[in-house]
Amino acid sequence: MKHVEPVVDINLALQHGLTEEEYERILTILCRTPTYTELGIYSVMWSEHCSYKNSIALLKTLPRSGGKLLVSAGEENAGLVDIGDGLAVAFKIESHNHPSAVEPYQGAATGVGGILRDIFSMGARPIALLNSLRFGKLEDQRSQYLFKRVVKGIADYGNSFGVPTVAGEVYFEGCYQDNPLVNAMAVGIVEHAKVARAVAKESGNSVMLIGSSTGRDGIHGATFASEEISEESESRRPSVQVGDPFVEKLLLEATLEAVQTGYIVGVQDMGAAGITCSTTEMSAKGDSGMKIDLDRVPLRETGMSAYEIMLSESQERMLFIVKKGHERDVRIIFDKWDLHAVVIGEVQEGRLVEVFYEGEKVASVPARSLVLGGDAPVYTREAKEPRYLQEVRAYDVRSLSEPHDYNDMLLKILGSPTIASKRWVFQQYDTMVRTNTVVNAGQDAAVVRIKGTKKALGMKTDCNSRFVYLNPRRGAQIAVAEAARNVACVGARPIAITNCLNFGNPYDPEVYWQFRESVLGIGEACRSLGTPVTGGNVSFYNEGPNAAIFPTPVIGMLGLLEDVDLTTSSAFKAPGDVVLLLGYDKYEIGGSEYLCMRTGKVLGDAPEINLEAEKRLQDLCLALIGNRLINSAHDVSEGGLSVALVESIIGAGEGLGVEIHLSKDPGMRPDFQLFSEGQSRIIVSAHPDNVKRILTMAAERKIPAMKIGSVNETDVIKIASWIELERSMMSREYEEAIGRAIGDTHVTVR
Amino acid sequence: MNHTPRLKFGIVVFPGSNCDHDAHHVAGTILQQDARFIWHKDGSLGDVDVVILPGGFSYGDYLRCGAIARFSPIMKDVVHFANNGGTVLGICNGFQILTEAGLLPGVLLRNASLKFVCTYVRVRVENEDTRFTSKARRGEVLEIPIAHGDGNYFVESDSLKRLEDKRQIVFRYCDEAGRISEAANPNGAVSNIAGVINETGNVLGMMPHPERASDPALGHTDGRKIFDSVVESLIQQLVLT
Repeated sequence: MKHVEPVVDINLALQHGLTEEEYERILTILCRTPTYTELGIYSVMWSEHCSYKNSIALLKTLPRSGGKLLVSAGEENAGLVDIGDGLAVAFKIESHNHPSAVEPYQGAATGVGGILRDIFSMGARPIALLNSLRFGKLEDQRSQYLFKRVVKGIADYGNSFGVPTVAGEVYFEGCYQDNPLVNAMAVGIVEHAKVARAVAKESGNSVMLIGSSTGRDGIHGATFASEEISEESESRRPSVQVGDPFVEKLLLEATLEAVQTGYIVGVQDMGAAGITCSTTEMSAKGDSGMKIDLDRVPLRETGMSAYEIMLSESQERMLFIVKKGHERDVRIIFDKWDLHAVVIGEVQEGRLVEVFYEGEKVASVPARSLVLGGDAPVYTREAKEPRYLQEVRAYDVRSLSEPHDYNDMLLKILGSPTIASKRWVFQQYDTMVRTNTVVNAGQDAAVVRIKGTKKALGMKTDCNSRFVYLNPRRGAQIAVAEAARNVACVGARPIAITNCLNFGNPYDPEVYWQFRESVLGIGEACRSLGTPVTGGNVSFYNEGPNAAIFPTPVIGMLGLLEDVDLTTSSAFKAPGDVVLLLGYDKYEIGGSEYLCMRTGKVLGDAPEINLEAEKRLQDLCLALIGNRLINSAHDVSEGGLSVALVESIIGAGEGLGVEIHLSKDPGMRPDFQLFSEGQSRIIVSAHPDNVKRILTMAAERKIPAMKIGSVNETDVIKIASWIELERSMMSREYEEAIGRAIGDTHVTVR
Repeated sequence: MNHTPRLKFGIVVFPGSNCDHDAHHVAGTILQQDARFIWHKDGSLGDVDVVILPGGFSYGDYLRCGAIARFSPIMKDVVHFANNGGTVLGICNGFQILTEAGLLPGVLLRNASLKFVCTYVRVRVENEDTRFTSKARRGEVLEIPIAHGDGNYFVESDSLKRLEDKRQIVFRYCDEAGRISEAANPNGAVSNIAGVINETGNVLGMMPHPERASDPALGHTDGRKIFDSVVESLIQQLVLT
């Protein structure tokens, strides 16, 4: 039975999320009314998710080339950075927020699957996964449900696929209650000569569809990602794709094997907008045309229309451009792995992508008219400084009373789910498979070695969205700086970032202002720290029925260790070691966990940051590690100095404690000294013999450095006269808080 | 010419195996023995001294862990090899496959916590008189990671008694001091069992991953005792024959 397509008019276009102006533009490009299939194609390709229409103008202000970048941002499926020895790192972060809000398990799982395909479609073998998660407060039942199911979705996919999940972050904040954030990052390694490109070239070459068969799942997933979460979102559940990590694992091995043959001209992952996006983007990049026959696409359901096949987001599929005459060579490899590999069309002269189904031409569209960098719309929206800023910044921190009991206060902070150990989460992830994980989850950053070399990669995701909410420009700078500082603390030199920009509705001028300020802040920090942006993802429309989320530009930082033996951890190592604080402190508590806990609100201003000084601090840390002068390094972040010290003791295991004398500003309030989240600070520990040299090297770089105490064998943390706590008490709060909050205490702590 | 003979390790690759490269790295690079992959569709193991069934999610673990892999073409020869005294080590998913194939007694159920768990644990060596543990002492505590969702070993009480009588329990989860306790049991396994051997002592299955604790670069090497035991025992045999 032939499909009868609906009549296309402006109303149908509006239902597809296109604007009147955009529909006019389609009419102009085609010089006729689009077919129903074509309307579907334009609507997904010009959706925010695929076209970046409201963000690209600003993203272009970021430093997107230079340094060790091998391709500029946005050019390929993921960023590519040279690390020497003929090797490159492919890495990228992406959001899967909307699917995870309505179907947390599959939403999170397919988020992981999608980002992995971006990596291995470049010919790179994935070596590590990270994730950055945000939920509402855990007192809320639905937040508990979303949290548990998202973690399980990530775990089941990554564990089965066989790539270690090594680092990340989890925050709990009221603003994410209706709209959780699930950002997944993947890192892979590829030899320069083996990089596969996302391009279709030379007419006559075959277009092959690889992997799973195509069903009705995920149709309009990209469009769904481009609207706000609402009461009706539940009905979008069928827009969420279903993942199969087993097939993805086969797809990985088969793809890497196929790329080795030299018969592969181009590869692109099928994520958002499925066949539509991969065929048109590859054609546009190769400046060529393509002819696609949908009758050849293996289907898992009967009666699918051309529109549905073109827009399906069925998972675990890839599009290959294969040299003419070598289709069989490629098919043999996929047969070995029991995967479909079907020729569905060919590259042709001209610039049209032509789609045929059931004997009819159902679409004929100029590839360039659809894509970013081509005729896809580009908008700069109206921006307006949000009204809330004056209100929150007007808060006078001096009005806060001092707490009576600092032991009690510290324990409360350690027991806050955002601060507490994330062991309940990362113990469900296989963090070790492939035996490269040198520094595991729960540290400042992960370190993954590269077998066959002395090298290792440091990696971390970061964003304290409270700071971005209070001061988008500075908060975004801090996100970059902290990610870099974390990576420097394990001994890796920060070399490049990927970013996942999670914001509300860009048509709201206040949201767009947050977005603009954040992008400018990221650009400034990346330029100062020498870490170009390799690409990433923008996720708008993160709003629940009540309000937008805090602006959350998550930074995925990549660092390089030339010598894996220099890897450093945050745990104290030996009694007698001197504890030093490197960097500045202005005792700022705006946006801190402490202030939030005391007032129940996010108030004040983000801490100051001097990017030039930050760079010197990180250089100092790397120089100290390079000269083997320090035994531990730990970034001071959420919870402030006191929490950082506790983490260095808990990580050390039984038998070690620390005594700290804070003497620099005796008149300063203890709570500000203990809990300030002021930037550009690192706690290091060192053998007493090395202290003089450390102080000299710090002075040379004009970085304040102060002896603040020493490691001992007491199992106690003692800070001035304010805090004295046993390890067991701290450890209980820190390790058990999350399990307790969700009623699951099954965690193995050793 | 008087070379120390090298053992030939064959690592079976099922679709969904994902610790195959890790086992290969230990056998080839760390132990400096011959190591090669064997594709599950192959009809024969070829000339090998040791077969490793590696960890992972063979066939996605979709029906039941290991339940489909046991029907892979290569398994016929693995069973034949084992029945003729060949040395077979099944790690994690490999252990599950060995129980499904009937080469080892018992089953591996869902973890009691109902969650996947990846962490370092301690196991006590219960039987040092095997080719897999000859370099360990009885009662020695080894630190080796686990990473599984279905590691909850179970046999009925009669079979458990038989396993104990015949010293087929090779590893038990324990605490730092070597005590067997419920708190030290990460998955609910009966009698804290982490690894068992067949009656003839040539087939070992274990949930912990010794290949993850064999490379000094990763900071833990207790797992190497198991591989070193295999190499020493088998090379002695080779030299003697």
